Amino acid sequence: MTRGHIVIDDVVKVYDPQGAAVMAVDHCSLEIEPGEICMIVGPSGCGKTTLLNAIAGFHEITSGRIVMDGEVLCSPEKPRSTPGPDRIVVFQNGALFPWKTNLDNVIFGPVMQGKLARKEALDKGRAMLADAGLSGVEHNYPGEVSSGMRRRVEIVRALMNDPKALLLDEPYRALDSLTKSVMHEALLEIYYKNKVTIFFITHDLEEAIFLGHRVAIMTTRPCKPKKILNVDIPHPRDYSALTSKRFRELIEETNDAVHEEAWKAFQAGEKEGR
Amino acid sequence: MKKMLSNPALWRGVVSIAVFLILWEIGARSRQWMAPEFFAPFRELLGAIGLKKDYLPWIGAVPAPSVVLASWIAVLVDRSYWQSWYMSLFRVMAGFLAAMLIGIPFGLMLAVSRVTHGIGFPVFEVLRPIPPLAWVPASIIFWPTQETAIAFITFLGAFYTIVINVLGGARSIDVRYFQAARSMGSSRWDIFRRVILPGTLPSIVVGSAVGMGITWEVVVAAEMISGGGSQIGGTRGGGLGFFIWNSYVGGSYEQIVIGMISIGIAGFASSELLRWGGRYATPWLKAR
Repeated sequence: MTRGHIVIDDVVKVYDPQGAAVMAVDHCSLEIEPGEICMIVGPSGCGKTTLLNAIAGFHEITSGRIVMDGEVLCSPEKPRSTPGPDRIVVFQNGALFPWKTNLDNVIFGPVMQGKLARKEALDKGRAMLADAGLSGVEHNYPGEVSSGMRRRVEIVRALMNDPKALLLDEPYRALDSLTKSVMHEALLEIYYKNKVTIFFITHDLEEAIFLGHRVAIMTTRPCKPKKILNVDIPHPRDYSALTSKRFRELIEETNDAVHEEAWKAFQAGEKEGR
Repeated sequence: MKKMLSNPALWRGVVSIAVFLILWEIGARSRQWMAPEFFAPFRELLGAIGLKKDYLPWIGAVPAPSVVLASWIAVLVDRSYWQSWYMSLFRVMAGFLAAMLIGIPFGLMLAVSRVTHGIGFPVFEVLRPIPPLAWVPASIIFWPTQETAIAFITFLGAFYTIVINVLGGARSIDVRYFQAARSMGSSRWDIFRRVILPGTLPSIVVGSAVGMGITWEVVVAAEMISGGGSQIGGTRGGGLGFFIWNSYVGGSYEQIVIGMISIGIAGFASSELLRWGGRYATPWLKAR
């Protein structure tokens, strides 16, 4: 597999709203292997979403470059990458179009790109929804189903574009912990069927270790990898991994690093508040 | 039908209107029941605070619903009454449809194009605070016929509200929808058609419903001020606003009330129609 190899090379992002330069990402380098689930962990506001937006093409970078499968997405010459169906973002609060039914949402990408005729897209969409156990909500509007189901529909919508990478920005943040654990298994199940690279942002260490091949713990603003953890629990995983000895050990190994950054973020927040 | 009859909301509505009519009947007949000696101190009190002595303030000067109803039945066969309905309805619809046809594209253009916004919005904002009724003299001068002048004034009543709602609605569409649409390969036109238009639709419905209400307020006042185009059809059939004014001049108080209630019914029916159309156009909002 050679799809979805992402190289983040010495990326810097400086926000300069009113002359007061704020460094959000500081010389960050990270390589994500094709088909890997790479989890990015850091406290809220640490700059990890900035990194995701740079890959997706929603924001410019200040310096450095991001390369996917040999193609330069952004660099000093072209600071903003062009958004495309090879990198689909699943947003924190969800971005299913509320005015389209779930099925119409799911077929949006292929029809827009002219890859499939509407009828073929409908067939594929129905099949993909059925595969994810979502046949029953095809004709519902997103507002009519639970938030957990909405996230799953959104991931199906993303996969319909046949992306090289999925960029997930804390997609389960708003869910309760029981729904969350169900969603984790559902995501892994979808992943085992469609091996794509997953770039997954979270502030939840347990979520990161349960899902990821690797976990990158980021420093708080400016953001760069502080510690990279190889999760050597074999895939496929299910919820029993959560109680395994190795899982606990990995949490212990990384908890301090995460906690330290959380405190820094908290204190920095207090300073801003003053 | 059976389901409708067992709906408590329907019965609450019936009770509400019945109580209103009963209180109105009692109030309107106060001149009769306040006549006995027993109410003399009460009458003195009313006089002492500067009100008319012989009946309850305000309500006592209004014709009773029973009287109005009797008079209404007589009016129902009068062609000029229906002519008034038709004239007002026609003016409201002409002004309102023009406001939608011009206001929705204009609002969308203000929202999507920085250049249009820069050029168009300042003028719009200066003209907006001018009440439609302040336009009456000017539009009688500018427009060739009384009819177009009135339609123009009703147009103004709905236009500003529709534009402001469309602009605000389009502006408040979440940036995530644009980002998602762009990621999935949408062109600028696709984004306009598949994100901005449906995303603005709820605001278009709200703006139109509010605009419709204002249109009825404005048309009646415009008809009163301008004489309601009475020179065209003689003294008959100048619209509901003119109907009220004419009844006042002619001293027919029952007909004033008939005209007022007619406008209430017309406004309610047109708002209801819009709400129904709005629900049909935005089926996803039911889900909330």
